[in-house]
Amino acid sequence: MTAHLLGIDGMDRVEIEELLDLTDTFAEIGRRPIARVPALRGRTVATLFFEDSTRTRVSFDTAAKRLSADTLNFAAGSSSLNKGESLRDTVDVIASYGVDAIVVRHPMAGTPHRIADWTDASVINAGDGSHEHPTQALLDAYTIRQHSGSLDGMHIGIVGDIRHSRVARSNVLAFSALGAEVTLVAPTTLLPASLIGWPVRVSQDLDAVLPTLDACYLLRMQRERITEGLIPSVREYVADYGLNAVRAARLPTEALICHPGPTNRGVELSAEVAADPRSVILDQVVNGVSVRMAVLFLLLGSGRELLERSESEVGA
Amino acid sequence: MTVVLRGGRLIDRTGERVADVEIGDDGLIAAVGTGLCGDTDLDASGCVVSPGFVDLHVHLRQPGQEDAETIETGARGGALGGYTALVAMPNTEPAMDCPAVVELVRALGRDTACEIIPTGAMTVGRLGRDMAPLGELVDMGVGIFTDDGTGLQDPRLMRRVMEYSTGLSHRLGRPVVLAQHCEVTALSAGGYMHEGEWSSRLGIPGQPGESEDLMVMRDIALVRLTGAHLHFQHLSTAASVAMVRDAKAAGLPVTAEATPHHFTLTDAACATYDPVFKVHPPLRTDADVAAVRTGLADGTIDAIATDHAPHTDHAKELSFDLAPPGMLGLETALPLALDGLGLDLPEVLALLSWRPAAIAGLSDRHGIDIEPGNPANLCVVDPDATWVVSGRGMASRSSNSPFEGRTLRGRVRHTILAGQPVVVDGEARR
Repeated sequence: MTAHLLGIDGMDRVEIEELLDLTDTFAEIGRRPIARVPALRGRTVATLFFEDSTRTRVSFDTAAKRLSADTLNFAAGSSSLNKGESLRDTVDVIASYGVDAIVVRHPMAGTPHRIADWTDASVINAGDGSHEHPTQALLDAYTIRQHSGSLDGMHIGIVGDIRHSRVARSNVLAFSALGAEVTLVAPTTLLPASLIGWPVRVSQDLDAVLPTLDACYLLRMQRERITEGLIPSVREYVADYGLNAVRAARLPTEALICHPGPTNRGVELSAEVAADPRSVILDQVVNGVSVRMAVLFLLLGSGRELLERSESEVGA
Repeated sequence: MTVVLRGGRLIDRTGERVADVEIGDDGLIAAVGTGLCGDTDLDASGCVVSPGFVDLHVHLRQPGQEDAETIETGARGGALGGYTALVAMPNTEPAMDCPAVVELVRALGRDTACEIIPTGAMTVGRLGRDMAPLGELVDMGVGIFTDDGTGLQDPRLMRRVMEYSTGLSHRLGRPVVLAQHCEVTALSAGGYMHEGEWSSRLGIPGQPGESEDLMVMRDIALVRLTGAHLHFQHLSTAASVAMVRDAKAAGLPVTAEATPHHFTLTDAACATYDPVFKVHPPLRTDADVAAVRTGLADGTIDAIATDHAPHTDHAKELSFDLAPPGMLGLETALPLALDGLGLDLPEVLALLSWRPAAIAGLSDRHGIDIEPGNPANLCVVDPDATWVVSGRGMASRSSNSPFEGRTLRGRVRHTILAGQPVVVDGEARR
C-alpha cells in the first residue's frame, strides 16, 4: 500500500517522534556548505497547489531538491475545475508524468484524501481547507522540542481563529499526542461549532492564560473574518487577543512565541513581540525544510528501509 | 394479454390475505381468488403483493442533464424499486415552471416503466422572485408545486403563493399541495455538511440543523395564516419532526416525507470526504436519525420519499464543496425501509405506497386496494431476498449510491404498471 501523510489524525506518539528524530538528521544536512544528498535521486515530487502559498510550496520544493529529487510545480486555480475538468482529471494528468509524490494544497478539507484514492503516488497534505496541515504541526512540534527538550507536560496556548485554522487542528492533535496540554484562546465566533472529542481547554481571557503558558502559538488573523461578521473590528480583536509587549511581559521568561507565518504585524502580534528573544518564528521556517525532507524521505519508496540499513550512507 | 400473480400474500389498506391476482388486458384487476388463469403466470409465492409505490420526490434530470439521468432510465429504476408513480421535481433546465416544460416531461414519461407526475415550480425559474403560473399548471392537472433544491426564502412571497394556491383547489378538485425544501439559506450558506462534532473535526464548513428548523417554523405559522396545504420535504432534524408533530396535533393541513438516507446514515459518513455522502439537507446526527424514525413510526411523517438525485461520476469527482449534493435512492428505498425502521411490513408499505399516493392525489389509481375493477399498479416484493448494492448495476445513468457494496434484504420481483409487467423476475422490461 502506498504511504501518505494526510494528517496528524491517525498518527501516534511513536510515529510522530520517529519523524522528529529523523528531522534531526536532515537539519544537520541543511547546515552543511552543500546542503544536498542523493537520497531521492531519480524520484519525482510534484507540488499541486489549488491555493496560493509561496512559502509552503518553496519549502517543499527546497526539501525535495536537497534530497536530489526532481520537482514539478502545478499551480491549478480551482477555477479550472469549474470549467469542466474534474479534480480526478487533473490528478490523472499529473500522475501521467510518473510522479512518486504529490504535495497537495487545496482550499477544501479532504481533497488530499480523495486524491490519495485515485493515485499510486504518495500524497502529502500541504494544507486542506480548515482541516489539517500536518507538516506545519510537525515543524512546530520540532521547533518547540528543539528549544524546550520535550513537549511532555508543557502548556501550550493556541490563540486566534481556531475555527478556520488547519494549523490549529493539526497542532492540537500533535501537541497533545506528544504530552502537552493545549488551551485554545479565541472569541467564541472563531471557535469550531463543536469541540466534542478535542483534548483542549478553552478561554476568552488571554491575560489570565499567558502566565501559565510554556509556549504561546499565535494564528494568522484573516481580515475577511470581519466582513463575515465574526468579529466587530480588527481594533477590538487586537485589544483582546493581540500579543503586544505589555501582554508578552505576562509570559514566563522561558516561554516560546510561535507563529506559522506570514504574520500580520500589529494584529496578532506587535513588531516588538516579533523581535522578542522568546520568538522562534524564524526557526519554524528553517525547520520546515528539514521536517519536509524527513517526510519525503520516509514516504518515498525505500526511505524507511534505507533509513534502517544505514543512516551514514544517506548522509554521505 | 392477461396476467396472473400466483400465490402471493396480498397486503393493502384493507389488510392481508393469500390469493392469486388476475389482471385483464384492460389494465384493471379482473379477479382476486384462488386457481385463477391467465396468459402469463408470474410466481408470487413467498412474496408480498402490494399496491405499487409512489415516490413524492425524484429528480429525473430531463430536460437538461440527460448525461446523469433520463426520464426513461429513472422510470426503469423506479419500477425495479417497486414504484409505479414518480413525482418529478421541477429543477430541470429549463425549470418546470410553465406549461411547455410540464407537457414535455409528461410526453417523455409516456410508455416508460412508471407513471411520471410532473410538479410545477412555485416561482419562475425557481428563483424565488415571481410566482409561477400556478393556475395554468393546475388546469393541466399539476397538483404539487415546489422550488425543491432551494426553499422559497422570502416569507412575503411564500405567503402569497400559499394564499393563491388555496383559491385553485376547486379547479384541481382537491387541495393544491405546496412542497417546501426547508432551508433558510442565509443560515446554511457556505456549509456543505451538517454542522456539529463531525464538521468541526473534519474541517468541512457546516450548516446548522436550525436552518431547516427555522423554515419549518415559519411555514407552520404561514399555514396557520393561510390554510394552504404544506408538504414538508425530506425532514432531517429532530426539532423539525417535533414541530410537524405539534402542527398536526393542532389540526393544521401539513404533511411530511423523509428519505431512506436520513433514517439510515449520519454525518459521520462524511469522514471519507467522498461527496457521494454530500446531500441536501445533509446527513445529520444519531439523535436526528432516531427522531426521523420515530416520526415515520408514529405518523408524523406520512411518506418515505427517496430524493433520488443522480449525478455523473465526473460531477462527483470534485472537492467536497464543489461536488453537487444528492444520491441515488429508487432501487434501495424498499430494503432500507424494511430493515431500518423496525416497522411491520404493512406499515412500511403504507409509507411507500398509499400514504404518498394520497398526498399526490393519485389514490384513484396508485396505492389503491387490490380488488377487482381497480387499476393494476402493483409490485411483488420478496422480503427475504438478499442482494449487494452496486451503483453500476442499477438502471440509473449515474451510480452515486451511498450504499455501494452493502448487502440489503428485500427486493422487488415483479412490477405491474397499468396491467403490464414492466419488471419480471427482477428484470426491467421497459
